[in-house]
Amino acid sequence: MTVEAPTVPDRTRASAPSAPRRNRWARLTRIGLSVLSVLLGVLIWDLVSRNYTAFFLPSPRLTLEGAVELVRDGTLWDSVSASSTRILTGWLLGVLVGVPMGLLMGCIPWLRLMLDPYIQFFRFVPPIAFVTLAIIWLGPGEASKVALIFYTTVFIVALNTLAGVLSVNEIRMRAARALGAGPVRSLVSVVLPSTVPHVVTGARLAMGNSFLTIVSAEIVAAQSGLGSLIWTARNYAKTEWVFVGIIALGLLGYLFDWILRLVTGRTLRRYGVTF
Amino acid sequence: MTVDDTAPVPTRAGPPASRAGAPIRIRDVDISFGEFVAVRGASLDIAAGELVCLLGPSGCGKSTLLNAVAGFVRPAAGEVTCGDEQVTGPDVARGVVFQSAEALFPWLTVRQNVAFGPQMRGVPKAQRDAVVERYLAMVGLAHSAERFPDQLSGGMRQRAQLARVLANDPSVVLMDEPFGALDAQTRLVMQVELDRIWRETGATIVFVTHDIGEAILLGDRIVTMTAGPSAAIKKDYRCDLPRPRDLTDPACAALFRELREDIGAEVARTLRAQGLDDGHDGRPGTGHPGGERTEAR
Repeated sequence: MTVEAPTVPDRTRASAPSAPRRNRWARLTRIGLSVLSVLLGVLIWDLVSRNYTAFFLPSPRLTLEGAVELVRDGTLWDSVSASSTRILTGWLLGVLVGVPMGLLMGCIPWLRLMLDPYIQFFRFVPPIAFVTLAIIWLGPGEASKVALIFYTTVFIVALNTLAGVLSVNEIRMRAARALGAGPVRSLVSVVLPSTVPHVVTGARLAMGNSFLTIVSAEIVAAQSGLGSLIWTARNYAKTEWVFVGIIALGLLGYLFDWILRLVTGRTLRRYGVTF
Repeated sequence: MTVDDTAPVPTRAGPPASRAGAPIRIRDVDISFGEFVAVRGASLDIAAGELVCLLGPSGCGKSTLLNAVAGFVRPAAGEVTCGDEQVTGPDVARGVVFQSAEALFPWLTVRQNVAFGPQMRGVPKAQRDAVVERYLAMVGLAHSAERFPDQLSGGMRQRAQLARVLANDPSVVLMDEPFGALDAQTRLVMQVELDRIWRETGATIVFVTHDIGEAILLGDRIVTMTAGPSAAIKKDYRCDLPRPRDLTDPACAALFRELREDIGAEVARTLRAQGLDDGHDGRPGTGHPGGERTEAR
């Protein structure tokens, strides 16, 4: 027992013993470069915008003023919260349905074969194609938007989960069976935990797609939301509002993904989720 | 075996208190995968509590035969019995230690991994904890119980696998080249440990290896196999040299030479078969070195 020296029982893997200081510097450099890059981008935007009218390309300053205006009258917050609510609801429902669906498809070959034609077919039909149908069937209210987000999420999550199930190590499954785990216990105690990284990847991809979907849906039929904000800006010839909407979308998506990575990276680390 | 064993063990065959090993009978077993015949006509009797090493060159079908005993593959013909029951699938009575540490559940700590089997069998918490503690101590992992498999060395992972299997109170432990991926020093330590643990538990052990030295250090019997495909049992060596054994001991060295010759003949046969296949390569459409030609030998 002397051969294998125990190491520090610590789940966090710092790369080297003297790493903390070097890590901090590396991190500062990384953040510094990102900030520099953004500032440069805004600068270029500003320089270019001087050659055009505010209608064609509003300057960063004008855009900022537009943002302040929209924040003051509450439009921006209403739009962000309306879009966020739709995305989160549809996405959450999609994940909740997509994961069991992928698990079952992975474990029951006949179910997989039966669902496969539908999945292969609808994979290529983007949610935008369903906007009209969703409104006809579910009305112009929240349900139609949530349903579209759900639609886009459920396939991505189910397919990723399925891929995860199919790639579960056979040795691991044999070990579970030899240890007394029946089919159901194996599914819950071995297949599901093994699949977690795939599920998280699917959920992240689906989050991105949800943003694509929500904007199209809100442009076609909504009185609120960032898509609606971008679309109505046209009526007032307020191009800077379009910019505000686009920037808000980008930041919101970044924020959601960051939270998702943070939460899953913290709570699901033992399942191999690392960011 | 002395651990309290009053818990209901639903899938366990035989009397609940029988901690001693179960005998294994392999009768005229054929195992094939599609057209490919991996094992043909293998027969082997293993007494209760025996430690039998299955020795053979790589790809000779020894792991396949072990998988049939484990219940992972169904023989195309013949039968495998363990105790009084015919093997029809995996069972907690037959624990399996795999070569790959992938068999451990990486999201569970060592303690949780070891507790997995008892948990699946519905052993009450208090009793489960005692069993887990006992086997963690037996394999020398008590101090690493809260660590995750990826924080362990290769040797420690195999100890964890062994503890996890033993915690299920198996009458048979099947080991598929369990030390094959370890460095030479660690392997030596593990072999000595296994020898001790086997005597403490009294389980029947079938140990697959291609390492002649390992087989001599561990086996009551060393069973060699012919080179696959269509592998069969070749020869059965009884080895009752005193334990712990030392490979430099003249008796061990003599057995080593004998086994090396035995295995060497199988390796040579495989190479000849490949050489023969090479000779056919000039002709188009001879296909890949399948079963028929090698069966003709």
